[in-house]
Amino acid sequence: MEDLSKLSLIEQINGLKARKFSSLELTEFYLKKIDQEKALNSFISLNENALKEAKKSDEKIAKNKNSSLEGIPIAHKDIFCIKDQITTCGSKMLENFVSPYSSTVYEKLSNSGTVNLGKTNMDEFAMGSSNETSFFGSVLNPIDPQRVPGGSSGGSASAVAANLCSFATGTDTGGSIRQPAAFCGITGIKPTYGRVSRWGMIAFASSLDQGGIFAKNALDAALALENIAGFDEKDSTSINKKVPSFLNEAKSKDKEHIVGIPKDIIEDIKDDKVKNNFYESLEILKKSGVKVKEIDLKNIQYSLPVYYVIAPAECSANLSRYDGVRYGHRCENPKDLEDLYERSRAEGFGEEVKKRILIGTYCLSAGYYDAYYIKAQKIRNLIKQSFINAFKEVSSIMMPTCANVSFKLNSIQNPVEMYEQDIYTIPANLAGLPAISIPSGKIKKLPLGIQFIGNYLEEGNLFNLSNKFQQNSNFHNE
Amino acid sequence: MNDTWESVIGLEVHVQLSTESKIFSNAPTKFGQTQNSQASLVDLGLPGVLPVLNEKTIEMAIKFGCAINANISSKAIFARKNYFYPDLPKGYQISQLDDPIVGEGKISIEVDNEEKFIGITRAHLEEDAGKSLHDKYENLSAIDLNRAGTPLLEIVSEPDLRSAKEAVAYLKKIHSIITFLEISDGNMSQGSMRCDANVSIRKYGEMEFGNRTELKNINSFRFVEKAINYEIDRQIEIVENGGSIDQETRLYDANKNETRSMRSKEHANDYRYFPDPDLIPVIISRETIQEIQKTLPELPEQKISRFIKDYKISEYESKNLNVSKEISSFFEKVAKKISSPELAAKWILGDLMAILNKNNSEIQDSKISSEDMIDLLSRLEEGSLSGPGAKKILELCWSSNESVDVLVKKEGFDELKGEDELLEIITKIIKDNSKQFEQYLNGKDKLFGFFVGQVMKETKGNADPKLVNELLNKKLKQ
Repeated sequence: MEDLSKLSLIEQINGLKARKFSSLELTEFYLKKIDQEKALNSFISLNENALKEAKKSDEKIAKNKNSSLEGIPIAHKDIFCIKDQITTCGSKMLENFVSPYSSTVYEKLSNSGTVNLGKTNMDEFAMGSSNETSFFGSVLNPIDPQRVPGGSSGGSASAVAANLCSFATGTDTGGSIRQPAAFCGITGIKPTYGRVSRWGMIAFASSLDQGGIFAKNALDAALALENIAGFDEKDSTSINKKVPSFLNEAKSKDKEHIVGIPKDIIEDIKDDKVKNNFYESLEILKKSGVKVKEIDLKNIQYSLPVYYVIAPAECSANLSRYDGVRYGHRCENPKDLEDLYERSRAEGFGEEVKKRILIGTYCLSAGYYDAYYIKAQKIRNLIKQSFINAFKEVSSIMMPTCANVSFKLNSIQNPVEMYEQDIYTIPANLAGLPAISIPSGKIKKLPLGIQFIGNYLEEGNLFNLSNKFQQNSNFHNE
Repeated sequence: MNDTWESVIGLEVHVQLSTESKIFSNAPTKFGQTQNSQASLVDLGLPGVLPVLNEKTIEMAIKFGCAINANISSKAIFARKNYFYPDLPKGYQISQLDDPIVGEGKISIEVDNEEKFIGITRAHLEEDAGKSLHDKYENLSAIDLNRAGTPLLEIVSEPDLRSAKEAVAYLKKIHSIITFLEISDGNMSQGSMRCDANVSIRKYGEMEFGNRTELKNINSFRFVEKAINYEIDRQIEIVENGGSIDQETRLYDANKNETRSMRSKEHANDYRYFPDPDLIPVIISRETIQEIQKTLPELPEQKISRFIKDYKISEYESKNLNVSKEISSFFEKVAKKISSPELAAKWILGDLMAILNKNNSEIQDSKISSEDMIDLLSRLEEGSLSGPGAKKILELCWSSNESVDVLVKKEGFDELKGEDELLEIITKIIKDNSKQFEQYLNGKDKLFGFFVGQVMKETKGNADPKLVNELLNKKLKQ
């Protein structure tokens, strides 16, 4: 039998429709492979009902009652609540938390006919850029198991890269989809803020968090995103706009692209290999008829400090609910209420989470609020405005996804150095813009990614541009 | 009253808005249900849940704002107020800080026949917390989250009140406004209206305020007066003995009629307010406000004037009938059905109120319905029932739970004495009271009433007063 796991999502859909293989066969194949690749630690838990779900899909396919992604086995980042399944968010705090409800993202993909293989590993509460902060241990990069897969959605990225599923869900607050996609040599999309419902997606920083997709290529990612996007009345920040067929937009031949190059940022790239890769990638685009224009993104250099005020501030409140009172970790024999709070949280949260809660609490404190939080919000608005101005002239903006390739496990000890991982990805989160990372080459076998940032709700444009790139290169198949 | 010390009081009134569902979830808000049966996923503060604003609360807040001629904000922003408490599931309360929905306004109160205007600083929307139950289990506290997420309108007054009496008048005024607007049931015993008081003292003539204490947990009109008076006396005593007042929060204990320290300023919380990123600012247009303004029901002041004009009752009566919406509408129902509205005012404010007060009951829980009152007063008007008879029936109506119609028959009030029978009685009375009869004949006309009374007494009220008059006239002048 052929290696079904090497097939793309679209190839799998066609194979299932043509009855070349069944969903049950595909699911069994993946479960076996997941077991073989256990050492990667991509999954926190597996779905006991995966085979049952696959059989159901096969019945539907037999009756020609299949939905758009019928019978496709996928994986969910363990940040998406699934009814009656453990949802840990990579934390000891929620080690045994069985969710009584399902997230909108899960519901949508379930209604589309997907088979849930399991929940993927992640940095604790999505705070990290290497997947090393997970309570369930680090995830290994399938390209080089001594290296990290990136984070926070490291489990989903490594699962797709290791062919443990054809696509997976992820979330991106400051780069948590795009950076691991780049490190693992796959395609990752963070849509416009509000495009994908946050209902049931455990919050880290509410104004920045956005669900998205990891896939093998832009067309697969387009089809998958189409199935999770859309207005949700349960999320007040969800955008009430019709979702177009991203797949059709990706394939469209009518789209013209003017790609903006933020010259200052590109010139400042420290690693020459990364800079060269950027210009080589640009050449590929130019050859496919894409126009290029230099742009100036003012204030974007402040993105990192702005992010590290706003994200911790929001997380400090979002994580207050984990108090040991109603669910989650509770310390043994608390002597009083104070003790219950202090020990439950001290024991349940890891170091990185505690650090960010402290930073956030500090930034919001009386006397500091104006100097940090208010100022950060003002700069955030300026950054947003810079993008709005830029999009008057260009249809998308191109940047590297990351300043470096994947690094070795435990090699970054300095937190600021770790935070700098997200230097190119954070601006899109601050502005709420859609952004995609696609593979663009390698440095000594280790993948690099380039990033396209699009205008609001223009995911289709990003898929189209990425597809053009992938039609003229083969990095995504290497 | 103290000649040296002036008390300065400001009130924070929490009004529970009578919406069907909670302010940020679709759980019902009914009072007195099984513990935790009305707490949804959102009210429980589960991971991944999101608030969605109940728009009804905005409308209700605007109604209140219009009723007190306050500025309505064109933009209402919800903020997170952070603190830990077991009955606060998220670890923060969604409230408002900047841009409260209702801005400055004022309301008039009347104390000792003098009108005074009290400034309203602001009124904002927020969610209520749950309840901690400390006496249900030994060594354990229980949490009931039914109330968590119930919409509250917090109305903050300027420190314009100068006595406990004024505070009570103010509170009663707020109560009448919210009940006339039908935005709350105003039921203080069920916690639908709760009050905190900021109390300080200063010497008459001084401009600066003294240190204030905040009194919590005062939940009836009676307790408000007692608590404030206790606190004023306590402060005067301390200051007169050379001490000073600590700025602190004090709890009122109704059983002991005292206030005691809860927490001092040093232990005051830093609530770290910041705009809730899960909720978008609510934009309120001029048109919306105008639309709502149009739907405003008649308010107490308008009703007072109209009653005087339409029903020809005194100002005193009209004011007293309009202390609550229930009394007011009870009166109108009755007044419209009988020919003398004055009679309705007299009986409702007199006998009915006396019965209600005696039984510690409110008119909305009255066993005497407006239909009973109409029936009773109609019989009185047509002369088929006497005053004392009506009074007796009213009392029976309360104690027996039977309708006026049934009671009149049961008590034999419908079997009025016939003309012959009455004549016989009159003859007997004249005979028994020959002295008075003589005086009457000698010109003491006033004695006519005496004879009427005697006849009514003899017939136990079962006589048509008109007929009695007629017959007496005839007999006495024979």
